[in-house]
Amino acid sequence: MTNILIVVVVILLVATLVQILRVSELLSEIKNKDVNEVTDKDNNTQGILFLIVGFGFLIFVIWQMVTWNHLLLPPASSVHGTQIDFLMKISMGLILVVFFVLSPILFYFLYKYRGKKSNKAYFFSHNNKLEVVWTVIPTILLTVLIIFGLKTWDKAMNVEVTESTTIIEVYGQQFNWTARYSGLDNNLGKANFKLVKGRNTLGVDMLDSNAADDKMAREVHLVIDQPVLLKFRSQDVIHSAFLPHFRVQMNCVPGMTTQFGFTPNKTTAQMKESEGEDFEYILLCNKICGASHYNMQMKFIVETQEEYDVWLASQESLETKLLTQK
Amino acid sequence: MSEHHKENFITKYVFTQDHKMIAKQFLITGMFMAVVGMLMSAIFRVQLANPGETSILYNLLPGAWLNDSGGLNPDKYLALVTMHGTILVFWVLTAGLSGTFANFLIPLQIGARDMASGFLNMLSYWFFFLATVVLLSSLFVETGPASGGWTIYPPLSALPQAIPGSGTGMTLWLISITLFVVGSLLGGLNYIVTILNLRTIGMTMQRLPLTVWALLITAILGVLSFPVLLSCGLLLIFDRSFGTSFYLSDIIINGEVLHNEGGSPILFEHLFWFLGHPEVYIILLPALGIVSEVIAVNSRKPIFGYKAMVGALLLIAFLSFIVWGHHMFMTGMNPFLGSVFTFTTLLIAIPSAVKVFNYLATLWRGNIRFTPAMLFAIGTVSAFITGGLTGIILGDSALDINVHDTYFVVGHFHIVMGLSAIYGMFAGVYHWFPKMYGRMMNKNLGYLHFWGTFICAYGVFFPMHFLGLAGLPRRYYSNSAFPMFDGLSDINELITFFALAGAIFQVFFLFNFFYSIFKGTKATQNPWKSNTLEWTTPVERIHGNWPGELPVVTRWAYDYSKPGADEDFILQTEPLKEGEIEH
Ligand code: HEM
Ligand SMILES: [Cu+2]
Ligand SMILES: [Cu+2]
Repeated sequence: MTNILIVVVVILLVATLVQILRVSELLSEIKNKDVNEVTDKDNNTQGILFLIVGFGFLIFVIWQMVTWNHLLLPPASSVHGTQIDFLMKISMGLILVVFFVLSPILFYFLYKYRGKKSNKAYFFSHNNKLEVVWTVIPTILLTVLIIFGLKTWDKAMNVEVTESTTIIEVYGQQFNWTARYSGLDNNLGKANFKLVKGRNTLGVDMLDSNAADDKMAREVHLVIDQPVLLKFRSQDVIHSAFLPHFRVQMNCVPGMTTQFGFTPNKTTAQMKESEGEDFEYILLCNKICGASHYNMQMKFIVETQEEYDVWLASQESLETKLLTQK
Repeated sequence: MSEHHKENFITKYVFTQDHKMIAKQFLITGMFMAVVGMLMSAIFRVQLANPGETSILYNLLPGAWLNDSGGLNPDKYLALVTMHGTILVFWVLTAGLSGTFANFLIPLQIGARDMASGFLNMLSYWFFFLATVVLLSSLFVETGPASGGWTIYPPLSALPQAIPGSGTGMTLWLISITLFVVGSLLGGLNYIVTILNLRTIGMTMQRLPLTVWALLITAILGVLSFPVLLSCGLLLIFDRSFGTSFYLSDIIINGEVLHNEGGSPILFEHLFWFLGHPEVYIILLPALGIVSEVIAVNSRKPIFGYKAMVGALLLIAFLSFIVWGHHMFMTGMNPFLGSVFTFTTLLIAIPSAVKVFNYLATLWRGNIRFTPAMLFAIGTVSAFITGGLTGIILGDSALDINVHDTYFVVGHFHIVMGLSAIYGMFAGVYHWFPKMYGRMMNKNLGYLHFWGTFICAYGVFFPMHFLGLAGLPRRYYSNSAFPMFDGLSDINELITFFALAGAIFQVFFLFNFFYSIFKGTKATQNPWKSNTLEWTTPVERIHGNWPGELPVVTRWAYDYSKPGADEDFILQTEPLKEGEIEH
C-alpha cells in the first residue's frame, strides 16, 4: 500500500515540475527573454548566497567543534601517545588556520566579483613572483610538519625492548581476541597454526621449554608505567588491533607476527575518575573481517603492580591447563 | 573515416563509433550506476541511524539476499558498503567521469574528427557495459555480492568460508573488474594516441585547454596502473580457484586447516594500492581539468598560471606512483619505509596547494557569471580545500596510527575525492549539455540542485571527522556494541538526515537532465561565449564534427577579457592581431 502511495506521489511531483517548467519557459518566450540566460540579478543572488551559505558552513564547523568536543577521545594514556597528541594539536591547528583563511577568501571573492554585464574582468594570466611565494610557503610549512612527524613516528615505532618489558601475545580470530602472557621467563613459547587443537587454541608448541609457564587470558592486564610489547598473530583473515586510548594500532596478519610497544601511564581507576564510572580501555578490531567485525572486543586494564601480581597469580599456566589436566 | 556512411538505429545509438555518442553511453550508464550506488548508501545510512530497523528502501533494490527478512544483518550491510564503494569509485567516477568527458571533449577540443580508433573506442564501452552487467548480476546471487570492502583484501576475499560474499559474488566481482580494466585500457590508449597525434594545425601542447591536459595525464596514469590491478586480481583468482598460495599462509578457517603456506596478504596490499593510489587521481584529475575550464570561462578571465597548473598536474601524477604505502602504515611495515612514504605523501600537498591558490587568483577581479556549471566548479574548489587539508593528517604516519581506518578517513576521502569529483562531473554535464544535446538545461533547477547538494554533502561528510576522532572504526555494521560510542548516536542521526535529504535533491538533476534532452530550450552555437574549439562546431550533431575543413588554431584557450579586444572572449581560431602578443 505504502509503495503504491509513494509511486503516486512521485508521479504527481514530476508532473507538477514539468508544468512549472513549461509555464516559466512560455512566460519568458512571451517576454522574448531566454529563461536560461544568467542575468545580473542571478549573479547578485548567487553571490550573496555564497556569502551566506559559505559563512554558514564555517559557523557549522565551529558549532561542531564546540558541541562535540566532549565526545572525542580523551588525552592519550601512554607515553608515545602524548607525543602523538601534541603533533596532532599542531597539525590540526595548522590545517584549521589554513581552512579558515582559504574558505572565507573563496566565498568572499565569489560575492565581491559577482558579475555585471557592464563590468569587465581584469586580464591577469600569470605572475611569477606570486607563484613562487605560494609554492615556497607551503613547502616550508610541510617541511616542518614532515620533520616533526617523522621524529614522532620514529619514537613511537622503534621502541627498545629491555629486561623490564612485558611481552604479551594478542591473537585475533573471527570474532574474538585471546591474549597470552609470556610467564616468568618473559619469553613466549613457539606457536604454529598446525598445533591448534582442542584447548590449545593458539597452537602453542608445548615441547618448547619457554611455553610451559605461558598463560592465556581473555582480558589483558598491564602495569602502569611499565613498558609492554604486544605481539600480534591472526588465525584466519586480517584483523587490526586498535587501542584508541593508547594511540596504538597494528594489523594482525595470518602468516606473520607484527608488534607494537608502548608504556601505559594512567590506570583504569584514574581514567574512571576523570571520564566517568563506565570507562574501560578497550581493544577493537579495525580491519574488516566478517559479520561480527563490529563487535570484536577485549578489555584492557591498567593497574598497579600489586593488583597485577594478584591477578596474574590467579591465572593458570599452560602447563597446568594443557598438560596436567585431562 | 566513416562520416559518410549511412546510419541506422543500431550504428547510431548502439554500436556507434562516434565519440560523442559513446560519451553519452558512458554518461547514461554512469548515471544509472550512480543512482544504484546512492540508493545503497541510503539504505545503510538508515541502518546506522536506527540499528536493526527495517526500511521501505529495501524494496527498491533487487536481490533475494537483501529483502528476504526484515532487518539489515551484518552480512548484508558489508555487501552494500562494498558494492557502494566499488560502484562509486570505478563505475561512476572512473568510467562515468573519464569515459564521458575524455570521449566527448578530446576530439572536439583538439580539433579532430574523431578518436584515433573509433572501433577500439566502441569496444571500450562494450567491455564496460559487460562489466556492468556482470557486476549487477552479482546482486542476484543467493550468497550476495562481494562483501570484503572495495579493497577486497585477502584472505577475507579469497576464502568462501570466511564470509558469504566471498563465494560466487566475489568471483563475479573479479570477472567484472577484469572486463572493466580491459575497457579502460582500450579507452586510455586511444585517448593518449588521439591527443598526441590528432591535434589540428596550430594546436601545440602549450595551447591545449587544461581539460585535455588533465585527461591526457589521467589516461597515462590509468595505462600504467590498471595492469597492476589486473595482475593483482589474477593472482587472487589463482588463490581462490587453483589452490595457489600467493596471498595465503597459516590459516585455519571455520575449523578447517588450510594447506597454504608461504604467501602473504601484504603482497596483495602492495599490488592493490599501487593501482589504488593513482586511481584516486584518475578520479580527481579529470574533475580538476573540467573545473579549470569552467572557472576560466565563467570568471571571464584566463586561468591563472597555466604553466604552473600543467606542472602541478604532472607533479601530482608522478608523486601518486610513490605514495601507495600510506594506506599500509599499520601493516607492520618497516618503520623506515613508513617514513619514506610519509615524506612522499606530504609532498603532494605542495602542488595541490598551488592549484588552489591559482583557482583563487583566477576568481580574483573576475566578472563572475554564476551558471549552474560554475556553482559546481566552485563546489569542487571548496571540497578540494576542505578535504585536501585532512590528507595532511592521514599522510603523517605518526598521526595515522590513531585515525587509520576510522571514520576520519571516510570523511577525508569522500570530501576530497567523492565531492570534488562528483561536483566536477556535474559541472561538466551542465556546461557541455548544450553541446551534447543541442538544448539547454534549466538554470533554476540547476541552482536548486547545487545548493541542496552543497549543503547536504557537507552535512553528511564533515561530521564524520568527529566520529573518527572519537575512535569509531569504519565498516562497522552498528555502533552499539561498544559503550564508548553511545554518545555518537546524535551525530549518526544528523548524518543520515542529511544523506536522505541530499539524495532527494538529486531527483531535480535527473529530472532536469531527461526533461531537457527532449524539451529544453534550443541552444545557440556558443552559449557560454567560450574560446575553445568545440563551440565552433554546429549545434546539430554531425559525424566528423566540423562540416568543412578542420579549424586552425592560432592562440591559447584562455584569452578572456583581453585588453584591446572588442568582446570579452576570443575564439582559439581567431588569428593574432598585428602586434598582439600571445598572452
Ligand atoms: C587530492 C586528492 C585525494 C584523493 C582523491 C584522495 C583519496 C583517498 C581515498 C579514496 C582514501 C581511502 C582509502 C581507503 O579506502 O582506505 C584516502 C586515504 C588516504 N589519503 Fe587521500 N586523497 C587525496 C588527497 C590526499 C592528500 C593531499 C593526502 C596527504 C597529504 C592524502 C593522504 C591519504 C592517506 C594517508 C590515506 C590513508 C589513510 C588511512 O588509511 O588511514 N590524501 N585518500
Ligand atoms: Cu575485524
Ligand atoms: Cu593513496
